[in-house]
Amino acid sequence: MPAQPTTLSIVIIDENRLRASVIEVGLREAGYDNLTTINDVTGIARRIADIEPDVIFIDLENPNRDMLENMFQLSRAVQRPIAMFVDRSDQAAIEAAVDAGVSAYVVDGLKRERVKPILDMAISRFNAFSRMARELEEARSELENRKLIDRAKGILMATRSLSEAEAYALLRKTAMNQNRKISEIAESLITAAGLLAPPEDN
Amino acid sequence: MSPHQVIAGFMPLLDSAVLVAAKEKGFAEADGIDLTLVRETSWASIRDRMAVGHFQVAHLLAPMPIAANLGLTPLAAKTIAPIALGLGGNAITVSNALWARMVDHGATGDLDPATAGRALRKTISDQREDWGRPLKFAVVHPFSGHYYELRYWLAACGIDPERDVEVVIVPPPLMADALASGTIDGYCVGEPWSTAASTVGFGRIVTIKAAIWRSSPEKVLGATAAWAEHEPDALAAVLRALSRSAQWCAAPSNHRELADILAAPAYIARPADWMLRGLSGDLDVGGGNVIRAGDFFVPFAKAAMFPWKSHALWFYSQMVRWGQVAHTPENASIARETYRPDLYRAALKPLGVALPAANAKVEGALQVPMPVGSAGASLILGPDGFFDGTLFDPDRLDDYIAKQAR
Repeated sequence: MPAQPTTLSIVIIDENRLRASVIEVGLREAGYDNLTTINDVTGIARRIADIEPDVIFIDLENPNRDMLENMFQLSRAVQRPIAMFVDRSDQAAIEAAVDAGVSAYVVDGLKRERVKPILDMAISRFNAFSRMARELEEARSELENRKLIDRAKGILMATRSLSEAEAYALLRKTAMNQNRKISEIAESLITAAGLLAPPEDN
Repeated sequence: MSPHQVIAGFMPLLDSAVLVAAKEKGFAEADGIDLTLVRETSWASIRDRMAVGHFQVAHLLAPMPIAANLGLTPLAAKTIAPIALGLGGNAITVSNALWARMVDHGATGDLDPATAGRALRKTISDQREDWGRPLKFAVVHPFSGHYYELRYWLAACGIDPERDVEVVIVPPPLMADALASGTIDGYCVGEPWSTAASTVGFGRIVTIKAAIWRSSPEKVLGATAAWAEHEPDALAAVLRALSRSAQWCAAPSNHRELADILAAPAYIARPADWMLRGLSGDLDVGGGNVIRAGDFFVPFAKAAMFPWKSHALWFYSQMVRWGQVAHTPENASIARETYRPDLYRAALKPLGVALPAANAKVEGALQVPMPVGSAGASLILGPDGFFDGTLFDPDRLDDYIAKQAR
C-alpha cells in the first residue's frame, strides 16, 4: 500500500451506479477513502471545482467525455490543469485502461508512483465488472434459451403427438443437420407456429 | 488474396453515411476490405481507441487530426487525413424563446447568416440584462468545424464569442433535449441533430454551415499514421471504397435507401425521414417551414472528398484565432502535413474520378461554379464563398491570422 494514500482525492464519474460502486469499494479496501462518486453530470463543473480532485476516473463510454475533457483543459472549473493519465509513455497502462473501458485524468505534476496503484485498481475493477456483467448476460440468455426450447417442445408435442423426449430429439437432430443452435431452431419453430396459428390463438 | 481487416470508429451522424454505405452496400468488400464499424459515444473515445490500436481508421471531425498532431489533445496518436467525408452538413439551431426574440429584432427565417446574426446581436445587446446570464451555445467538441463556424459567424456579426455568449460542449444526440430543457439557448451540430429539434417543435434552424462558408470541410477519415505507413495497400483500398460509396450516397435516387440504412438501430437509430432532410437539403427549419438549402451536404461532387491543405490551414488559423495554439512556422507545417492529398491521388487515380491538380486553393474565391484543372474526370468547384465576403489565401496565412487577431 502506498504511503498516505488517503491524501489523494479521487472522483469517479460513471452513470452506471453498480459499476461505480464496484470501483469505489475496491479503492476503499485499498485505503483510498477520499472518494467521490458522481452519477449525474448535471452541475458537474461546480462539484469538481469544490472537490479539487487529484485523479478522475470516467468510463470510456460516457457520452459526456468531450464536455468533461474540455472542462479540464479550460481549467476554469479546476484549479490545476488535468491531463489524461499520469505518463503518456506508459503505453501498457494506457492500453490496459482503454481495454478495460476506463479513462483516467490526473492532475498535473502528480508522481507516477502515487497514481499507478490507483489506476491499476480501477482497471482491475472495471475488468471484474465487465466479467460480471458478461456472466449475468450469459445466464440471462441461457434462461431465455431454455424457455424457448420448452415452448418449442410443447408445440411439437401438441401438433405431432410426440413425447417430450421425442420432441427434444427432433429439435436436436434438426439443429445438428442445419448446423445451428437448438435455441435458434426452437425460435424459428415458435415463430412459424405463431404465423400458422388461427387468429384467436394470437 | 485475403481481405484487409479494417476496424473503423464512427459517431451517429449523417456524415457517417459514406463509411456506413461502404460497408452496407458492399463497396468495402468489393475493394478487398473486411470493414467493421464500431459506433462510439464520444470523439474522445474514438481518439483513445485509435491511439491503442482498436481502430485503424475513424470518422473524425476535420480539425481533430490536426489537434492530435499538434499535441493539443490527450492520448493522441499521430493521425493523417487522406480523404474527407463530404462538405457541409451542419446547422445552427436556437430555442423557440430565443427565436421569438430574434424575430422581434429582424430575423427573417431564410437561413441568411448575416440577417440572423444581426438579429442575434441586437437581441443580445437589447436584452442582456433580462437573461441574467450570457446566452449559451453548444458545440460537440472544441476541435470541430462547429466550434469554428459558430465563432466565425458570431464574430463576423459583431458578437464576441468569448464575452457575449458562452460556448459549451454537449454530445450530438443530447443537443435537442438540452435545448428543450433550457440548459442551452442554441447549438451548432451535424445532422440529423438539428432536424431532431426543429421537426418536433423544440427549436428553429437559423442558418447553416453551407451559408456561412459554402462548400466547407466538415469530417475526414482519419488514419493512424503508423497503420497507414505499414499497410499502404489497405489504406488505398479503403479510399477507393469510400470514393465509390460517396458517389452512391450522392445520387438522389439512392437517398431513400441510404436514409433507411442510416436509421437502423446499429447506426443513427432515428427516423429515416430525419436523414432525408439533410440528404436532400430540404430542411424543416421549424414551425412547418421547409427551405431548400443549396449544397447543404455534398458527399461527392466538387471534389468533396479531396483533403485540401487550404482546409487544414484554415482550421489551423482558427485554432490560433481562439487561443488553442500559438502560431509558429512549425505548427503551421504540422497542420499542413496532416492532410495528405498525395495519398488521395495515388489511391484514386485508377478510378478515373476527378483529381484536383493543386493541393490548396484560395478559399472563398469562387462566386460561381468554375471548371478547374484536374486529372481524370473534369472537375467543377465552387461556389465556395464565406458569407462576409472575405478570402482565405493559404499562401498569406500570416496576414489572415494577423487580421483576425483580437
